[in-house]
Amino acid sequence: MKYSYFPGCTLRNKAKDLDDYARACAEKLGFTLEELTDWQCCGGVYPLGADEIASKLPSVRALNGAKEKQQDLVAVCSACYHVLKRVNDDMANVADIQTRANNYMALSEPYKGEAKVLHYLEVLRDKVGFDNLKKQVVNPLTGRKIGAYYGCLLLRPGSVMNFDDPENPTIMEDFIRALGAEPVVYPYRNECCGGYISIKEKEHSAALCRRITDSAAGFQADCLVTACPLCKYNLENNSELPIVYFTELLAEALGIKEVR
Amino acid sequence: MNKVEEIKTISGVNPLKCMKCGKCSASCPSFNEMDIKPHQFVTYVINDDVEALANSKSAWKCLSCFACIERCPRDVKPGKVIDAARQILIRQRGQEGLSADEIPALLDEETPQQLLMSAFRKYRR
Ligand code: SF4
Ligand code: SF4
Ligand code: SF4
Ligand code: SF4
Repeated sequence: MKYSYFPGCTLRNKAKDLDDYARACAEKLGFTLEELTDWQCCGGVYPLGADEIASKLPSVRALNGAKEKQQDLVAVCSACYHVLKRVNDDMANVADIQTRANNYMALSEPYKGEAKVLHYLEVLRDKVGFDNLKKQVVNPLTGRKIGAYYGCLLLRPGSVMNFDDPENPTIMEDFIRALGAEPVVYPYRNECCGGYISIKEKEHSAALCRRITDSAAGFQADCLVTACPLCKYNLENNSELPIVYFTELLAEALGIKEVR
Repeated sequence: MNKVEEIKTISGVNPLKCMKCGKCSASCPSFNEMDIKPHQFVTYVINDDVEALANSKSAWKCLSCFACIERCPRDVKPGKVIDAARQILIRQRGQEGLSADEIPALLDEETPQQLLMSAFRKYRR
C-alpha cells in the first residue's frame, strides 16, 4: 500500500527521529510513504478566522497533490495532521472557502476535499491493525510503563478531527499494548501543554506541563509518548520524565532501533 | 464594518446562542491568566463592548487548545471569538504581539520550527 506523505517542516529538522523511524517502520510493516513533491509548511496552527484564505493554501496544495495521485495523505506530526484535516473539512463543507481557495489555486479541476487525511497512528490501527502489528514485534517492550500524551491537536475539535473519543481516547494505549508495554492512563493526557505560548511565556507553559508530567509520574509512568514536536519540547523543558516520539517506540519494538 | 460585526465575521460565531453555562471557562487551561473569562468574552460581544476585549489580557492568553469548543453544549465556539479579537489586534500595524527583533533571544538549541511557525501565526500578521 502506498500513501502520499506530508512530513512537515519540523520533521525535516529538529524532529528527524519522528520522520526517519516513521518511514523505516512503514517499510517493515508493508506500506510506503511517498513524500509529496513541493510541499510547503502548513503554518503549524489552523487559521481560525473564517475570512483567512491565503494561510490555508499550502495545505490545499498538499491535499490536492494527494488527490491527483489517488492516495490517502498521511501525516505524522500532530500539528500537520490537525491543520491538513481542518483545511480539508473547510474545502469539503464551507462553500465560501472552497470557492475562494479554488479561485486562487486555478487547478485544472477544482479541489473539493476529496483527499483523505490519515494520521500514521490511524494507518497502524485501521490499515495494518494492532493485532497484526503485535505479531511483527521482535523486541516487546515488556515491563515498560508508558503514558500516552495526546495533547489537543490530535483530538479536538472531535467533530472535525474524528480521530478518537476526544474525552477518553484509546488509540495510543492500544498502540502501547501492541508493542508489549503497559499503558498508563492518567487524567491529564489530553490537556494542553501550552503550545506556542512557550515562545514568550515560559512560566505559563511550565505550569501546565508540570501538571501533566506530575500526574503521569503519580500513576507510575516511566516515560511519555507523543506525536507532536512542540509537546515534546515543552514537556522536556519542564520535567525529568523522558518524552519519546511514538515512532521511536515503534522502531524499538520492530527491531529497527536499538532498545534503550 | 464596526468592531462587533468584524468579530462576528472573523469568528463566524453567533454569540446569542450562549446559555451562560460556564463550561467553556471551567475547561480553559488559561482561566487563571485571563481577566475576561471565555464565557464573559461571548457576553462582551453580545453587549457590543469589543473595545474592552481588545484591551484585555485574555486575547493573548488563549492557547487555541479547543477544550472550550469541544465542550460547549451550544456550539458557540468561544475560542474562535477570542482568536478573532486577537486577529483584529494583529491585523493593525504596530499591534503585533511579537516583534522580529525580540525573536532570536527567545530561541534555544532545541526550539522546533513548529513553535516558531505557530508563534508567527498567533502573534503576527
Ligand atoms: S505543523 Fe508543524 S511541522 Fe507541520 S508543517 Fe506545519 S509547522 Fe511544520
Ligand atoms: S499539547 Fe501542546 S503542543 Fe501539543 S498539541 Fe496541544 S498545544 Fe500542541
Ligand atoms: S460553554 Fe458555550 S454555552 Fe456555555 S457559557 Fe461557554 S459559550 Fe456559553
Ligand atoms: S481555546 Fe482558548 S479559551 Fe478555549 S479553552 Fe483553550 S485556551 Fe481557553
